[in-house]
Amino acid sequence: MGSKYQSPNLDRKSFVKIVTAALGSIMAAIVGLPVIQYFISPALNIKAGDEWISLGSLENFPLDIPTLFNFTLTRVNGWERSSHSYGAFVLRKPGETIVFSDVCTHLSCRVGWDPDNLEFYCPCHAAFFDKNGEVISGPPPRPMDRYETKLEGDQLFIHLREG
Amino acid sequence: MAENIFSWLDERLGLTSIYDTILDRKVPKVNWWFTLGSASLFLGVLQGITGMLLSVYYVPTPDHAYDSITYIMTGVQFGWLIRGIHHWGASLLILTAFIHLLRVFFYGAYKYPREFTWLTGVILLISALGMGFTGYLLPWNQRSYWATTVGTEIAGTVPLFGDFILRVLRGGTDLSALTLSRFFSLHIWIIPAVVIATVSIHLYLVIRLGISNIPKEED
Repeated sequence: MGSKYQSPNLDRKSFVKIVTAALGSIMAAIVGLPVIQYFISPALNIKAGDEWISLGSLENFPLDIPTLFNFTLTRVNGWERSSHSYGAFVLRKPGETIVFSDVCTHLSCRVGWDPDNLEFYCPCHAAFFDKNGEVISGPPPRPMDRYETKLEGDQLFIHLREG
Repeated sequence: MAENIFSWLDERLGLTSIYDTILDRKVPKVNWWFTLGSASLFLGVLQGITGMLLSVYYVPTPDHAYDSITYIMTGVQFGWLIRGIHHWGASLLILTAFIHLLRVFFYGAYKYPREFTWLTGVILLISALGMGFTGYLLPWNQRSYWATTVGTEIAGTVPLFGDFILRVLRGGTDLSALTLSRFFSLHIWIIPAVVIATVSIHLYLVIRLGISNIPKEED
């Protein structure tokens, strides 16, 4: 090979190496990106739930005692249609109604109401909340979550938002 | 920097000698027919990778098998591509492996000292056919159901032990959920384990013995 064809900066071997690496990277991306997309695609499929759930007449709920209301909604995940159960504690007070989600703010176990000690408790990590959802003791980072509520006549609704 | 890391690793792992032994080994002057072993290996690895990806969504039960594959084809992005590669790769692998066998046969490359390489190759061919047979049932559609009914029925025609073989293959007298789950187990665990072990021996022998020359007129 004549020296007049020789670049001072890049010999043929390095050139081939660089081109191989560049083409290899492009091919790896063409093959690899669909694979990543394949793996994560259900995670990108965010279901936006936004609906008002009727809890029936407000009169059904006793005064000043948190009362659990259960309801189920159907969800489709992949090829499977399954029912997902929700729980809401209704605390009816004169002039005000609070509806708590029964999902613990610590790590999403379900809380229960202890009528003897008048407190919510979460059995997973010994978390306790008072009647108004404030943390008494245990690991939760914040008070119990509340649903937005509305009354139509005497019918109580909560606003379920997901996603 | 990169060179320092490489030489540190090379000193401990012997990377250069692995490279020299596997990729820089001496080969005779050969032709394109000699690429079919590597082609089969490549397709086998591709089947392994796409198979692992399919198992992310596929469920081997009569309730869910068909629906989960429908979901792969329509609900998952690039699911059609991954399953398509697995589907067509399976047929192509049988083709390359079989032409590879013909090349070895007609060039007489199975002779001393390569008889054992041939033997492991036969095990690999049977394993590949077993992968095809077990994989064919997994979509759990009409075609796969009846193909497996017929296939196991053929195995049942073996004299004396036929009925026993049929029941072992099906996991009972009928084609059922048990058939599907045992075919799945064979397809993703048992046969692949055999294939990996046998391919290792096959390749070790190819590297140890080298590849044979194309026979000349006087051979």
